[in-house]
Amino acid sequence: MNGAQDMGGQMGFGPVAPEADEPLFHAAWERRVLALTLAMGATGQWNIDASRHARESIPPADYLSKSYYEIWLAGMEKLLAERDLVSPEELDAGKALTPPRELSRILKAEDVAATLAKGGPADRPVDREALFGPGDAVRTRIMHPVGHTRLPRYARGAPGVIERVHGAHVFPDTNAHGLGENPQWLYSVAFKGTDIWGPDSDPGLSLRLDLWEPYLERT
Amino acid sequence: MSDHQHNDHENHHHAHGHSHDHDHSELSETELRVRALESILVEKGYVDPAALDALIETYETRVGPRNGAHVVAKAWSDPAFRDWLLRDATAAIHSLGYIGRQGEHMVALENTPQLHNVVVCTLCSCYPWPVLGLPPVWYKSAPYRSRVVRDPRGVLAEFGTTLPETTGIRVWDSTAEVRYLVIPMRPEGTEGWNEERLAALVNRDSMIGTTLATSPNELAAAGDPS
Repeated sequence: MNGAQDMGGQMGFGPVAPEADEPLFHAAWERRVLALTLAMGATGQWNIDASRHARESIPPADYLSKSYYEIWLAGMEKLLAERDLVSPEELDAGKALTPPRELSRILKAEDVAATLAKGGPADRPVDREALFGPGDAVRTRIMHPVGHTRLPRYARGAPGVIERVHGAHVFPDTNAHGLGENPQWLYSVAFKGTDIWGPDSDPGLSLRLDLWEPYLERT
Repeated sequence: MSDHQHNDHENHHHAHGHSHDHDHSELSETELRVRALESILVEKGYVDPAALDALIETYETRVGPRNGAHVVAKAWSDPAFRDWLLRDATAAIHSLGYIGRQGEHMVALENTPQLHNVVVCTLCSCYPWPVLGLPPVWYKSAPYRSRVVRDPRGVLAEFGTTLPETTGIRVWDSTAEVRYLVIPMRPEGTEGWNEERLAALVNRDSMIGTTLATSPNELAAAGDPS
């Protein structure tokens, strides 16, 4: 969706401000949000694409006024409410008002190391050949889906060249909405800066994006 | 489980990477909400408090840019490892024990005098956790995500990094689950250095591509004992 999260090429945010000797967290609650997000993710009640979509669905004015962990918190609250795990009323009350749902997976302390080490590989076997190979000229589709997508606005309708075939990966556009992993071939696609930004582009700029086959058409 | 909730309050610099300034009452509201959420999740049995502590401990003490510096220093000093890293970064990095969440599919990008690589995630904050740890605020911020794809030289200048005009810049937008690690150029004057000494030159931002590796002179000026 064309939400506030899709920032590539937006203007007016000012300079980047790297912080010397930056602490890992800027407030104690940030580390709790990180841990809660990972622990609830491990219950399998939603996948990584659904959690990205929950964050990008935050209305733009809210999204842009929140710090990063505040965005994570808002996304988690939304997912918890949608899945009848924790209601907004419970959050306001600060305590459980309804019995818990039975979850098949709860992350235990002794399983944390193994769970993190296992991660969540996104590659999947598929029984069809990749449509494109290295060197093929493609164009990204012009599309503005109301649901989740990983084709940024700045790179839509642009000519590029397939550089690498990563394999078939879970397709976020369906997976985010509970419509299945629907694995699709994933490519690293090369773009010239001038084909994205026009004549104002830094002439020495090129870009690489990882794009799924349904985002691309042959030229 | 709540005795560690206030211990880094003095570290709060309000540096959330954007212009919105949180006043104290707003901050407290967020803190209270997080505390309420945690207590409900524990009360309902959805999360194990000990698991939360184990998760935090992992990213505070075990996983960070030192891991990536080890990978880069090994690539600088061992040509066979460098070749493996460029050919199959996932396997090469996993061989050093850096594995798992947000590092399942790795690609290494080698900087050269002709080509400089920079990594971003314009859509969220994708970052190679097993080798670099959790991303800094600037990496997740609107200024970086919006501008580095369009004006990378301008963004690099804000890090004090100036590249020759003849050096091309390749920006990698991490739109999928593939994660990128930049191998900065090995600084001059490091002939004969072993892996451990070299690793001290590999600063975090050089593995994202916004800075160069630290030079031996810069390291000495910073007073590093190694």
